[in-house]
Formats: sequence, structure tokens, C-alpha cells
Amino acid sequence: MSRIASVFSQSGRKALIPYITVGYPTIEATLKVVPLLAQNGADIVELGIPFSDPLADGVTIQRSSFHALKNGVSPQLCLDVAKKLREKVDIPLVFMTYYNPVFHYGLEPFCSACVGAGIDGLIIPDLPPQEGGSLEAIARKKDIDLIYLLAPTSTEERIKLVAERSRGFIYLVSVTGVTGARDRLPADWEVFVSRVKELVSQPLCVGFGISTPSQAKRVARLADGVIVGSRIIQLMESGDIQPVGEFIKGLREALD
Amino acid sequence: MIPDARGYFGDYGGQFVPETLMPVLDELTEAYTKAKDDKDFWRQFETLSRDFSGRPTPLYFARGLTQHGGGARIFLKREDLAHTGAHKINNALGQGLLAKKMGKRRIIAETGAGQHGVATAAVCAMLGLDCIVYMGEEDVRRQSLNVFRMRLMGAEVRPVSSGSRTLKDAINEAIRDWVTNPDTYYLLGSVVGPAPYPAMVRDFQSVIGREAKEQILAQEKRLPDYIVACVGGGSNAIGIFYPFLDDKDVKLVGVEAAGRGIESGQHAAPLMAGTVGVLHGTKSYILQDDSGQIRETHSVSAGLDYPGVGPEHSYLKDSRRAQYVAVTDDQALESFQLLCQTEGIVPALESAHAIYHAAQMAKSLDKEQIIIINLSGRGDKDMDIVAKELGVEL
Repeated sequence: MSRIASVFSQSGRKALIPYITVGYPTIEATLKVVPLLAQNGADIVELGIPFSDPLADGVTIQRSSFHALKNGVSPQLCLDVAKKLREKVDIPLVFMTYYNPVFHYGLEPFCSACVGAGIDGLIIPDLPPQEGGSLEAIARKKDIDLIYLLAPTSTEERIKLVAERSRGFIYLVSVTGVTGARDRLPADWEVFVSRVKELVSQPLCVGFGISTPSQAKRVARLADGVIVGSRIIQLMESGDIQPVGEFIKGLREALD
Repeated sequence: MIPDARGYFGDYGGQFVPETLMPVLDELTEAYTKAKDDKDFWRQFETLSRDFSGRPTPLYFARGLTQHGGGARIFLKREDLAHTGAHKINNALGQGLLAKKMGKRRIIAETGAGQHGVATAAVCAMLGLDCIVYMGEEDVRRQSLNVFRMRLMGAEVRPVSSGSRTLKDAINEAIRDWVTNPDTYYLLGSVVGPAPYPAMVRDFQSVIGREAKEQILAQEKRLPDYIVACVGGGSNAIGIFYPFLDDKDVKLVGVEAAGRGIESGQHAAPLMAGTVGVLHGTKSYILQDDSGQIRETHSVSAGLDYPGVGPEHSYLKDSRRAQYVAVTDDQALESFQLLCQTEGIVPALESAHAIYHAAQMAKSLDKEQIIIINLSGRGDKDMDIVAKELGVEL
């Protein structure tokens, strides 16, 4: 069983999956915040490798990405950081990035480097299953889970396709839109999650727009996990990571 | 078949987009495939191309420019005379009609120089569709006249302040809007982006090459030896190249923007100096750094200032069916003035890149040979920039 799969084998526990951009606001902050997330109840951490053209991201993650890039954060540096984090935490670590940095690094070298750094999975929002075949084949050989996404616009045919191909879990994008904290959950998110649930047996984690404990709690009634990103990036802006620890703790309590 | 069912031209193309858009692209592909075989659709396209856009555009023998070179005879395909001042109207009209057929009401577009934005705004006004144009802040500043034109025709222009604030960022923002509003029609302006855009935009633009072929055969009773066109995303070039692809004796030359020189790194020439990557949903040659980040580009011409290029051009480059070269800002400015003086025609700065290369080439060719330049647009929009570059205060 992969490290990610074992997260979802604990009955009753809902997975809490925070996202951070590597190198935002500093590399030191990343190295400190991940253990803090783990201590406060995170089950998996998404490490964002910044990309110059993050077209699935809203303003918050755009800003953290540009900031990190200005600080010289590269895929190689992210791999180095992941390796250091792997010595500090046991929970699964997954990279979230866009396809071009991975493609440019080289699919095989990148997956090998991920294994070396203790990375468990990959989330690449601009790589749908139709284009993911090559990366998928390599990742599978190296026991790295390539996690595909579904959106409210996904048809039954596409839900089945993603269910067949996704490993670890399926990332459900709660809204038609970009990443970003929102005041309320989208009107039809329950319809969407229920629709997917009827067709697939894999763990389902919901992300995009979840930013409060009460939202997380509501989502977790239907889903197996919640993904929280932009709100954490906002909290990290000052460089002081303590508020992030408190925030994660609050989410954990809401989920349990 | 090119492209294949997955939207690939050889190794290039594809659909690298967020899941939200995959069903939307499927819907678009289906609608376009149907329209392609729909005689009524094309009849409407042809009628409006004639009565609204002013087609066919002339193929004009450039006597002055030919004499100046003293070599090959040069003809200009006068897309500068098309409505709104450039070839962009062909694609805007085709996709506008398709959007209407699909029952879409809200149209979004990106624009660099503003030519595609103006063409889209005009078509939307004519068809009664809502129009929002994303434009980089930097381009809003350097192409303020076009911003005003778009607004006059009822379009909402949204300045984009992220990244390099140019065309690339305008496309990012348009895609973000599209992901948020999947019922919207995205009227993409070049042969870039995910399938079916590269082939669809090519099909609408290939009216340029079909006309040029008919016109040169009527005027000269033979095909040209060379066709020269500038390449940013590459829609005017594909438009004139495509109907000649099977005519192996016709050499196709695409001219990219060398900006301040390829060696300077400040250019917009992915086919000349780029590597393969994925940008805006398609695999093609792009300009990127050592860690796969998209590089900032430079060209005096906003319409060529883009780090990617249409996947079909990458395919034509690798298969050597077309040849690609690059021309600097200074060379383009030089030929901009040359065309004004020898022909009484003010070209767009984009097109001036093609003129420079063709004029150079003509010198070493003999007088029997024929070059067609795709004069993709007119230069009225570039007056401020050219004046500034020449040190003239307006």
C-alpha cells in the first residue's frame, strides 16, 4: 500500500491536506512550516513548485508563486527542500505544479528525483489523463501516485476515465474557477461530489475555495478529505508561521 | 491526417488544460467539426467576408519595392486592407459565427497589439454578442488607440497586471475567466492554445492563401517561388502557407522577431532560439529558462511579443517544409520606412519583419522569380511607437 493510500485506510478519519508554495515567503519558512502542519494534524502536505504562468490559480497563489520565483525557487530546489522535509516528517508529501517544469526537467529524471526526495505523489492541474500517459507510466513504475482532477463540468465519461487512471486519490475541484479563498462554498458542490461518489470507489478530496473550519466540516461529511491552500498562503505572508499551526489545528478539530 | 484526432501535428499540439475545460473543448470540437461540413455556415462566412471584411483582399505587385531590390518580383497580399486593418478579422468572424451557432452570448478574447481585440470587438458588435478583451497593462499603454477603438465598439477592455503584462499574461487571464465561466466562448486569436484552436484558426485564416493562389495564377500564370510571412503565434503565416503546403516548389519562410538580437536574449523567436515545452495548453517550441519557467520576451511589435508559437509551425520547422528566420527591431523599423517610401503603404510593425527579410532575399534572386509577402496588417496603430523609435515628437 502506498503511503497515500494508507492515509485513507484509517476508518473514520477525514484527511486534511494543506498546500504551501515552496519558498514562500522563504525557504526557511517552508522547512519550518511543514513539520508544524504535520504536528497539528495534517495528513498529507502539497508542496507547490512555482510556475511563471499558473493559469489555474487565483491571485493569492499567483502572488506566492511569483514571489518564490523571484527568490530563485526552481524544481531542483524544491526537490532539495522535499528531501530535507522527508527527514523531519513521516506523512505523505506530494508536489503540485504545472506540466512544463516537469516536462522540461525530463519525465524520467523528475520521477527518479522525486523518489530520491521521498515524494509520494504528483498533482498537475494542466495535465488531463489524455496527455498524462507518458508521465503516468513512469510514475507507476516508481510507485509515485499521479493524482488526477475532476471538476463540476466533468461528464460521466470523464469521471470514469479519471477514476480508472488516478492513483492515491481523486482531486475534486469544488468550483468552476481558479484557486482562492471564498466566503461560501459553491451552491452545487454537494451535487457534484455525490455524482462522482456514485461512480467511483477511490478516496475523494475536495479543494478550491475551502478556507474555514466550518466549510471543511461540511465538505468532509461527503468527501474523504479536504484541501486548503490560499488561506494558508495568506496566513504565511508575514513570515510568522505560528498562525498557520493554529489554523490547521482548528481545521483538524472541525474534521474529527 | 494533420492534426490527428488528439490535436497533434506530429509531436506538437494537444490539450494541456485544467479538467474544467476538457468538456468545454470537447463541445467546441464537436461544434466546429459539424460547422466544417455545413455549407450554410461557410456561405455565411463567405458573404460576410466579402460584405463586412472587404474580401478578397488584392494581391498587389509592389513595383517600387521590386525596383529597389533589383531582383525578384515582389507581390503583397493586402491583408492591411481588410476591415479593422489586419488579417485578424478572418478568424474573429469565423469564430464569432461559430459562437453564435453554439448559442453563446458572452465572448472573451485576449489581445497583444490590439488587432485581434479590435477585430473581435467589431464582430461582436455586428453579431450582437457581449465582448470582454483581456490586454496586458503594458500593451494597453503602448496601443492606447486600439483600446479606444475596442471601447467604441462596445467591448470591455480589462487590463492585466500580472507577470510581464503583455500578451502571454492576457492569455493566462482569459483562460482563468474561461475556467470560471465555462459557458463563455473563448475567441482565441492565433493558431496557439489547445486543440481544436490551432487547426480551427488555421482553417479560417487559410482564406488568405486560397485567394493568393488564385490571384497569382490569374496574374502570372504560375505559382510563386517564395511566400514570406511574419510569425508571432503564427496565424497569418499559417493562413497563407496552408493552401501551398502540397506545392513543394513553393518555399515557405516564416519571420520571427529577433528584437534586440537573438544573442541579446531579448527577442521573441521560439522557433529560432527556443526549446520544446508546454504553454497555454499546447506543446510547441517555447522560450523558457533552465528550470522550465517561461521567459520574458521583447519585440518592438506587440503582436509578435509572445514566447510560444503555433504547434503546426513547430511541425513545419522539424519537417523542413517551412524555413524560419528572425529580423531585429531595427531592421523592421528600416523596412517599415522603406515600404512607406517605395509603395505609399504603411505596414504594421509585425508585417515589417516579413518585408525586411523578403526585400533582402529579393536582391540575390533573379528577376523571373516571384516572392509573395503576406502584408498582414496596416501600421496606423504603430505611429506612436515608430515616432518614438525615430526620435520624432508628435
